[in-house]
Amino acid sequence: MSTTRTRTPLVRGRVGELMPRRDAEPKVTGAFAYSSDLEAEGMLFAVTVRSPHPHARIAAIDTAAAVATAGVHAVLTHADVPGRKTVGMHRADQPVLVVDVVRYQGEPVVIVAADDLETARRAAVLVVVTYEVLEPVADPERGEVLRDVRIRHGDQSLGADVVVSGSYEVGMQDQAFLGPESGLAIPDGDGGVDLHVATQWLHLDQEQICAALDLPPAKVRVHLAGVGGAFGGREDVSMQIHACLLALRTGRPVKMVYTREESFFGHVHRHPAWMRYEHGATPEGDLVYVRAEILLDGGAYASSSPAVVSNAACFAAGPYRVQRATIDARVVMTNNPPCGAMRGFGAVQVAVAHEAQMDLLAAALGIDPVDLRVRNALKTGDRMITGQVIDGPAPVRELLEGLRAMPLPLERGSLRADLRELPGGVANTTHGEGVRRGVGYAIGFKNMGFAEGFDDYSTARVRVSLVNGEPLVEVHTAACEVGQGLVTVLEQIARTELGFEHVVVLPADTTVGSAGSSSASRQTWMTGGAVKAACEAVRERLHELAADRSVEETVEHHHRPTFPLDPETGQGDAQVALCFAAHRAVCDVDTDLGLVRVVEIATTQDVGRIMNPAQCEGQIQGGIAQGLGLALMEEIKTENGLVRNPNFTDYLIPTILDMPPVRLAISETPHPDAPYGLNGVGEPPTIASTPAIAAALRAATGRPVTRVPVRPDDLI
Amino acid sequence: MLVPERGGAVVPVTVVLCVNGERHEFEIDPLERLADVLRDRIGLVGTKVGCGEGACGACAVLLDGRAVASCLLAVGSAAGHRIETIEGLSRDGLTPLQEAFIAADALQCGFCTPGQIVAATGLLRAEPAPTRAAVRQAMSGNICRCGCYPKIEQAILSCSGGDG
Repeated sequence: MSTTRTRTPLVRGRVGELMPRRDAEPKVTGAFAYSSDLEAEGMLFAVTVRSPHPHARIAAIDTAAAVATAGVHAVLTHADVPGRKTVGMHRADQPVLVVDVVRYQGEPVVIVAADDLETARRAAVLVVVTYEVLEPVADPERGEVLRDVRIRHGDQSLGADVVVSGSYEVGMQDQAFLGPESGLAIPDGDGGVDLHVATQWLHLDQEQICAALDLPPAKVRVHLAGVGGAFGGREDVSMQIHACLLALRTGRPVKMVYTREESFFGHVHRHPAWMRYEHGATPEGDLVYVRAEILLDGGAYASSSPAVVSNAACFAAGPYRVQRATIDARVVMTNNPPCGAMRGFGAVQVAVAHEAQMDLLAAALGIDPVDLRVRNALKTGDRMITGQVIDGPAPVRELLEGLRAMPLPLERGSLRADLRELPGGVANTTHGEGVRRGVGYAIGFKNMGFAEGFDDYSTARVRVSLVNGEPLVEVHTAACEVGQGLVTVLEQIARTELGFEHVVVLPADTTVGSAGSSSASRQTWMTGGAVKAACEAVRERLHELAADRSVEETVEHHHRPTFPLDPETGQGDAQVALCFAAHRAVCDVDTDLGLVRVVEIATTQDVGRIMNPAQCEGQIQGGIAQGLGLALMEEIKTENGLVRNPNFTDYLIPTILDMPPVRLAISETPHPDAPYGLNGVGEPPTIASTPAIAAALRAATGRPVTRVPVRPDDLI
Repeated sequence: MLVPERGGAVVPVTVVLCVNGERHEFEIDPLERLADVLRDRIGLVGTKVGCGEGACGACAVLLDGRAVASCLLAVGSAAGHRIETIEGLSRDGLTPLQEAFIAADALQCGFCTPGQIVAATGLLRAEPAPTRAAVRQAMSGNICRCGCYPKIEQAILSCSGGDG
């Protein structure tokens, strides 16, 4: 039997080309191993005992009955944490296991490992924790200020002829990634541990595990397991340290998988926000000033709140030229669920307010809302309200005009429409007599990458060797594939730079330098940049490549430096780059029932460079789905610190029936600082999609709609 | 309380399951969830558990050809029925539907994808040429948190009329 080999004249799968995602096949066949699918010989199962109270002092913990249960191997409390007893992204203020005071409902108190899950659960029930229940601080107005960000931009005495003001509110959204927090910790028999986990930032997990376990990094190796979605909710640690503690204590592999209910208590959420705004403009429609007071509830621990509130302040005015800005943004600590990173990171909340204000202002001026936005659109060379001059692309005007030029969906037909076409679908009890259609526009922006002086970088190791005479490229980074398609894009980059067909992106782990987080729309820019640079370094040395000699380079890629905000004025070059997207929502509202059907979302987004067309579209569509969820249904409801809906029956997520067609126009204005001119893609779609829907609902009903998620009562 | 509790002694019974054409016999609590038995006892971890209460569809399997939430099904009540999991559907290579999901890039994190494929397979077997509205209705029990719905719809419709 002979084999033939055909050589394609052109190596396919370069940057910008259609290429199926590399992990698609194992994902469609069920073979892809998520963090909850792992197993190891002799593994134990672990569960967490959590506080039912949002605020309490722990008087006593009695683990005797649990310890005595047959099949139980370890029952650990804070006393068993050998190193630092607290963790946290910005400040280590959150106990690994509660030491004395519980600060939010669901906080982990005790961890139990047993032969099987059922035994672990039964033993957990036998743990007796004696709580002295304390009154929770549930009202954010009474919360302790964690950080406030003041922006004083321009002449603070400037007033205006036309003034509009309003108060706005955003509910607490959950990332609700479908694969719950989970992982497997395997002791190495030599005092160290290997953790396989779904995360966004391997090295930050490693750093925090090492601190709590009092071990050097070489003893704690973190490996990326399959990640069932993230959206910001996997930046903080959840079960990582607990599983490692139990594995080291028992000398056995330990698996930990949260239930859905636990997951609601196991990660931070999007900050709920209360915002008071005042806009002033000239009679011609030039923005003069924006005043805003922004309050975010950070809940019990700091997490990434200090950075979220900074974003809320920096992007508070929207992508518009403003002569004067007076912004007071603060994030407070309460006994509500901890809040932190979620896709859009502070820019989402303020967009609900600044875009509603722009519509109010347009109405007061008698100007078309899109015209008003175009008239005040930021452009390259303008100053943001932080004083930073935008030197990268800022195609605000282009995005708005492109969006307005897109055709509108067909008008609704006869009144006797298919029930499924009505708001509420088959649940609709009218015949659509009261259905009104509204159209709303919004635009938003945010930063790519981290801000305020953080020296952000990513590391890539690229190696070329000859296998049977053919070059093989291996790309090794610690960058987390969370569904965004990173492994595919990294492969495309290596293929583009080196021109070899056979590229393998190795599993991500901490045996290579940090890649930073898969968050802030930064990973393709940062790790893509690192892979590109490492390939370039390898390319210089390809002449050394021989059958017995591979060529390898490890390169760190840093973005340009950023600088802190002045604490008094909030002025400073704090941002690396900016990304923008505009949305138009067309909504039908049944004004008798308060039910909504989103008929279509149209969007224009500038991505700098399309790296992988299908994945790029997917990010945009998916971000819109989450923005739609925040607009219409997604909210964690709390009552005096207690979460009332920690399940998917009561926390509603958009289904395919809620998702409208998305009309999409992607533009590519190369960013001069970025590899290939690319820009962040993942977050912008979640920013303006929500306010665009709110605007459409206002247009349809004439009601103010100042709060998301919008409730039927708000529309009747 | 946050730690689930199940009281009472369990009397195991013999349960015979037919999964992907293979016979499995267990001495088991008949109230154990089918999803757990598939994942933990048979090792078919392609079936995912996203919510544990039938609200997300990640755990969908075919029971006599119809998509059901295996997290809501007691293993005792699955006895005697024909169970197909994502592994069973994939046994002879990629199906046209799976190929369509890849071609349309109808997935991101992929955690919901086995359930989406199972549910869509059930639909296409019952109704080989569904309309767009029928596809949307049939798939409304399968949440995709990454929001791949437009591409999922496109992938399934591209198999409408085929033998997906």
